[in-house]
Amino acid sequence: MAIDSPVSLPLGWPRRHPGKLVLLAAVLLWLVFGAPKSPVFAALREWSPALAAGFGQNILISLLAIAIGSVLGLLVGALAVSPLWITRLPAKIWVQVFRNAPWLVLIYFTTYVFPFELHIGKSWISFPDWVKVTLGLALPASANVAEIFRGAIGSIPSTQWEAARSLAFTRAQIFRSIILPQCFKRMLPPWMNLYAVITMGTALASLVGVHDLIDTAQIASNTVNRTGFTVLIYFSVLALFFAYCYPISRFTQFLERRYAFS
Amino acid sequence: MPSPETRVGQPLISLRDVHLSFGSNRVLKGIDLDVQRGQAVSIIGPSGSGKSTILRCITGLLPTERGSIRVGDTDVHALKSEAQRIELRKRVGFVFQQYNLFPHLSVLENLVIAPRKVLGETATNAEKHARELLAKVRMEHKADAYPGQLSGGQQQRVAIARALAMRPELILFDEVTSALDPETVGEVLTVIRELTEEGMTCVLVTHEMRFAEDISDVVYFTENGLIVEHGSPEHIFQRPTNERTQTFLRHALGDAGRRPVASGDPFLLSNISRYSLSV
Ligand SMILES: Nc1ncnc2c1ncn2[C@@H]1O[C@H](COP(=O)(O)OP(=O)(O)O)[C@@H](O)[C@H]1O
Ligand SMILES: [Mg+2]
Repeated sequence: MAIDSPVSLPLGWPRRHPGKLVLLAAVLLWLVFGAPKSPVFAALREWSPALAAGFGQNILISLLAIAIGSVLGLLVGALAVSPLWITRLPAKIWVQVFRNAPWLVLIYFTTYVFPFELHIGKSWISFPDWVKVTLGLALPASANVAEIFRGAIGSIPSTQWEAARSLAFTRAQIFRSIILPQCFKRMLPPWMNLYAVITMGTALASLVGVHDLIDTAQIASNTVNRTGFTVLIYFSVLALFFAYCYPISRFTQFLERRYAFS
Repeated sequence: MPSPETRVGQPLISLRDVHLSFGSNRVLKGIDLDVQRGQAVSIIGPSGSGKSTILRCITGLLPTERGSIRVGDTDVHALKSEAQRIELRKRVGFVFQQYNLFPHLSVLENLVIAPRKVLGETATNAEKHARELLAKVRMEHKADAYPGQLSGGQQQRVAIARALAMRPELILFDEVTSALDPETVGEVLTVIRELTEEGMTCVLVTHEMRFAEDISDVVYFTENGLIVEHGSPEHIFQRPTNERTQTFLRHALGDAGRRPVASGDPFLLSNISRYSLSV
């Protein structure tokens, strides 16, 4: 067994988590040597390319949603910390509305309220459903990023502002050279946490007809129509999401621990 | 306008009847204070008496309500825009109790950033000057360290070098040793002592009474937003005339901190009278 020679492994992780490794090895061994005879697993293998493609769709949506949400959220967040109330107010409303609306409602909103096609000049640009879902997730993402940004700026002690002012920096220079660089480091853990949550949120995409992992699993389950297969395929869905989100959340915890001391 | 007699001695800093409140809390109730060019002036007094507030007013970090503050040819109380106050702060260094170094920048970058961004110095010049200053505060071996990796005394010496990097006309020190471990206080005081010996104009808020007595040209005692008494260190520490000064010094110095007088005779009358008066 692998755990008998942990010294050869470069990282400390396997040594600290032997139980998890044994479990993983057991599952893999069983899948390789025990499972193939069962028709249920044969069906799973048959469906696995489709499942992978579906999960690819989830990941694409999540990456685009966090990207759009981050850009938008930083803009909104910048407005939210401005000294002028006239720019603070719309930012505040944006954050409150999109942070407190259920994600599914926002997805329905962007899917059924946004136009299916956009008329620009003579050409028609059509929005596929998965793009609309992406926008639906980008809205709450932006509100959360704005909040994370505002929180990070507020967490920089006022003595940093004072020290920079005493060195004759302008407000804009303090923001650019002193505050922002310190913010991004503090924002990284909550931002990655948000990304993991958004990835889980992409499971809602199947509800508006996007061919994602859940949708594929549903089709597969209906097609094969065996209880054992249905159980297995939803376990696989769970395992895929877990395999993707768990490392992110562990890495986030690692960053939080590291930054707690600096 | 400063009154004529303040122009006579041409003090570098001159405060007249400065008032300031935070809401209903009247913090400064008419401060008069003069600092000549090249002098070291200490401000002592109980905490909450407005010492830090005085320093913040001098460099325009806080606006005054009444009275006048002049630094060189600048009427600080009359400055209207942030741009004008920035011009003032280029000439006035400030060192804080909590060092307030920029934690995301290395020691060298902490010294270089303001001359580069604010004064527009070239990278080469700013870095050369920064390394000279680090050598001066005996921190050249830590140029590439980050503030979090340094002891309090080391951080404070870097903070002093950071203020010096702007080539200020004067430096304000706000209780710069109060947050330090006792064993690192000395290294910071040595740096300040050297600065005063080189003729840098320094205003120090401090609880280090012996140090203040040693290096100051003038000592001010504040209480409750007022200057209670000021004069030579000898006057304030050996022959304070005001009863409040006496009480404060008795608590601040204690028996251990009391400095023996020049004659070395511990039973000198002036020394004893201080105690008998304040009982
Ligand atoms: N930013 C502020 N807002 C409100 N009150 C303040 C502020 N800064 C100082 N004070 C008050 O002003 C008084 C004097 O403070 P300070 O000048 O820091 O005293 P010292 O430096 O002598 O200890 C204290 O009562 C303090 O609570
Ligand atoms: Mg103070």
